[in-house]
This record gives sequence, C-alpha cells and structure tokens, in this order.
Amino acid sequence: MEKTLEEKTSERFLDIMERIKESNKSVTTGIDEKEIKHWVTIYIMGKAYKVPADLTLMQAMEFAGYRFIRGAGCRAGFCGACATIYRKKGEYKLRTALACQTRVEDGMYLVQIPFAPAEKPVYNLDKEGGGLDVVFKHFPEVARCVSCNTCTKACPQTLEVMDCIQAILRGDFKFAAENSFDCIQCGLCSIRCPAEIIHYHLFQMVRRIHGKFGVPPEPNLEKRIKEIEEGKFNEEFEKLLKLSPEELKEIYRKREIKLD
Amino acid sequence: MKIPYYPGCTLKTSAKNLEVSALESAKVLGVELVELPRWNCCGAVFSMATDDLIHQLAPIRNLIRVQEMNEKGIVENENRVVVLCSMCFNTLKRSNMFVKEDKERLEKINNFLSDTEEPYQGNIEVIHFLELLKNDIGFDRVAEKVKKPLKNLKIAPYYGCLLLRPEEIAIDNPQSPKVLENLLEALGATVVDTQFKTRCCGSYQTVNRKELVAELAYDILNQVKISGADCVVTSCPLCMFNLDTRQEEVKKAHPEFKTIPVFYFTQLMALAFDLGESFYRFDLNYVNPKPLLSEKIF
Repeated sequence: MEKTLEEKTSERFLDIMERIKESNKSVTTGIDEKEIKHWVTIYIMGKAYKVPADLTLMQAMEFAGYRFIRGAGCRAGFCGACATIYRKKGEYKLRTALACQTRVEDGMYLVQIPFAPAEKPVYNLDKEGGGLDVVFKHFPEVARCVSCNTCTKACPQTLEVMDCIQAILRGDFKFAAENSFDCIQCGLCSIRCPAEIIHYHLFQMVRRIHGKFGVPPEPNLEKRIKEIEEGKFNEEFEKLLKLSPEELKEIYRKREIKLD
Repeated sequence: MKIPYYPGCTLKTSAKNLEVSALESAKVLGVELVELPRWNCCGAVFSMATDDLIHQLAPIRNLIRVQEMNEKGIVENENRVVVLCSMCFNTLKRSNMFVKEDKERLEKINNFLSDTEEPYQGNIEVIHFLELLKNDIGFDRVAEKVKKPLKNLKIAPYYGCLLLRPEEIAIDNPQSPKVLENLLEALGATVVDTQFKTRCCGSYQTVNRKELVAELAYDILNQVKISGADCVVTSCPLCMFNLDTRQEEVKKAHPEFKTIPVFYFTQLMALAFDLGESFYRFDLNYVNPKPLLSEKIF
C-alpha cells in the first residue's frame, strides 16, 4: 500500500533528525579519533585547533571544547544567534556567516559575534504614528548611508539590505518591510556598517509600521481574535496542558502538515 | 523618446509636486522619463575631499544602474540620465566628472564595487530636465502645447546655486542664466528679473538655523515684491523649502510680511498645459497659490 503524505512527512522528519544526530556524534559523545579520516586546522580566536573536516563552525567550536551558553539557538539557520566572522586561508576578505550553516575549511580564522550591541529603541506607534519623521527620530543614523553595500554582502540571508535602507530613506516602507521579511536579526550588517546603522532594529520598526498603517486589516485575523476572546479554543488548551511530555511529543510528530 | 530618469528621495517624499507635474508634462511633450528600476541616494552633498572615495559610491552606483538599463534594453542607446532635483543633479554630475577626469579614481571605485556590480565605464551623461526642455524638446514645442497661457502672471525666476555652481557643471550662464526665463516666456508668463535670483537660499542651514534662513528668505522675497512679481518659480526642492515653507518663520520675525507663492517650474508648465489638479499638487506648497491663480488666470 502506498504511504500517505503524513507518513512520508513523518519519516522524512525522523530521517533528518537521524542525520543531524550522526553528524554531531563527534561533538556530543566523543568518538575514537581513528574513525575520522579527514582533519583540518582552524583558528578560533587565534588559537589553532585540529577538528574533523566535515563539521560546521559551531560543531567545530564545540569539538574544540567551547560550550555555548549564548550564541547558539536553533542550530538550523533560523534564529540568527550564531553570527560569526572569519577569514579564509590566504584571503584578505572578511567574511560573515552563521556558525551552524557553514562548514570549516582548513586554515580558517574565526570568531563568533553572537550579539550586535545596540540599544533597543522604545516607541509607541499608536501615539507617534508611522511617518518617515518617526523613523528618523529613533534611527537618525540611517541618513548616513553611503550606499557602500557592505551590509548586503554581510547578510547570511542574502537579503538586499542596502536597497531596504535606501527604500526607507525615500519613505518606501512597503519595499523595506517585504524585502527584510526574512531578516533573522543576527546583526552582521550592523557590525559591518561604516555608517553605524542598526539595520535589524530599524527593519523591525518599519515592518511594524507597514503592518499597522500600510496594509488593510486582515478580516480572518479579526475573526480569529474574536474566536479566541470568546473562548473557542479554551477546551483544547486545557486538554493539552494536562498531557505528559511523551504524549505531547507524539501529538507533535503526528501533527498535520500541509505541503503545497 | 524614452530616457532614464533619476528621482532622488525628496521627490518621493516632500517634493511629490515636482515629480508628478514634471512626469506628466514630459508625456505631453512626447518624452517618457523612465525611473531607474533600482536606485539609491545620490550622495546628498558632493564631497569636496579628493581622497574621500567612499562618498562617491552612491552616485557612481546610480550611474551603473543607467548603464544596466541600456544593457537590459529598458532604454535604447540612451547614455543620458535626466534629473529633476537640483541637489541630486549637482551631486551626480560632479561625481561623474570627478571619476571621468581621473581614471585611477574610477578604477579604485570600480574595484571596491566589483563584488556586486559591473564596472562603471564612464560613459553616462547627467542632465537636468531643464536642459532636456531647452536642447532636445525646444521651447517652441513647449509653447505649442500651452492651452492656458499664464499671461497675467508676473513671475520671478529663482535659480539658487546648484544648477549653476561650480561653473563646470552649470546648465546655463552662472552669472545671468536665462533658461527659466525662456521657459516661462514659452508658457506665456511675464518674466520679472530680480537681482537676487542666484543668491543663496541658506541651504542646509535650514536644519538647525531656521531663523537665519528665514532672514535670507525675507530679503529674497522682498526683492521679488519690489521688482513687481506676484510669485517665484524655482527648480530646487531645497530652495523651495527655504523660500516657501520658511515663510512661516519669516512671518513670526516680521509680522508685516505678506506671504507670496513659490512654484516649481514644472507645476507652472503642467498648469499651462491644463493637465488638472492632480498633476499640480498645490496642496504640498506651503503658501497656497490658488487665490493668486484664480485672480490672474481663471
């Protein structure tokens, strides 16, 4: 009998988890070094380490003995917590990457920059409105952009970061909101920017402004909020809260995933 | 005729009246100004330091975009780019000259841009919309399209500095320019010459020294009134702001001062072509020009 889509999805999920477990073996459990054929030398904060050749930067750092308290999150390229800067052997270019998404290369020099220091501005769009003046008030440095495009080159999500900044300068929040949508706020653009723009906070503000003032209200959202307020899902929530972790995991695995 | 057009940020925000009136008037004259599909800041102010190459990146990147429009066939063999904003015109044209006159500068900039851009060949020409009107379209042709001549309107042209200085990039004689005068005559208006037409409007001093700029505006506008003009016409969004919006501060400092309308030349062109309210956008002018216009034209 042919497998259902649900079964296929579940199998694929388990398969991926198995592969991740396998590749992390050298880090998590420690293995006999004889089993590893290929090795490279990398320099973490200037100190040389011999690490297995197929690891990601994050795994390699863990193999070398680092333990992440910050600077590691989803380990799947979505959370932006493991921003890293590095140079390759014999190359002048300073490169940027997510440590969990990039593989080690022999002779690499690297350091993780898990946080781009910047004050998080506090604003109230209900009171302040969503005009260009409000954006300039909280992020005046955006006007210092010289269009060098270094931000775009730094982005591990390959967003057109500079184009978004430039769109903001001419009040085109729609472009900036839509084109910065996949920003994971790793902050690498802001670390590299010669104008010291804080792109990731700025983009978030512009997305909020666009969501609030730039697009018509979504009727389905209003409907759903009303349903929540009327308690439509209360029973379901209570049921979930009473389940054991094992039962929850089982439900999670068997959840319905609709693929287009 | 299709020709690349660089707008700049001001035309998309506070000077929408300059853009809409210009684009629609150009259409009447058979010219399609095609906005660059992708563009960034012009550079805002031309950097005077000869080794300050990073501030040339923005303007040169825009000129590369014009090159791309030709490569992609958006325009055909059109190496010119039309600019409406005087500040953008000044910055783009000077940067263009800056790299054309020294190949080493161009090479350095191209090397820096080479990760993401094709090199700038140095073949683009930056022109102002007034130059297109004067040299390509011709004021005779403009006059032919006039439906509602501005015959009772006495207008004082005001150039400011950016279209005329430095001399190497001037679109006209920097001492006694005539291009706005010729255009206004083609539109049927009466041109009033004033001795302050190329005087400084105060430029960016307006950001933190409003009162100083208000005094400059007061002098310029009084001179306009003494010369017998009803209104002022300019091409520059910054001059517009300093002469028009700053009249609020002028009134505060000089209570006897009576406001006087300031127009973009393109607004008057659109008006003479009778294109309709939505292409004049007088609502964006600080001093409402409608009372004057209904008295003199309608």
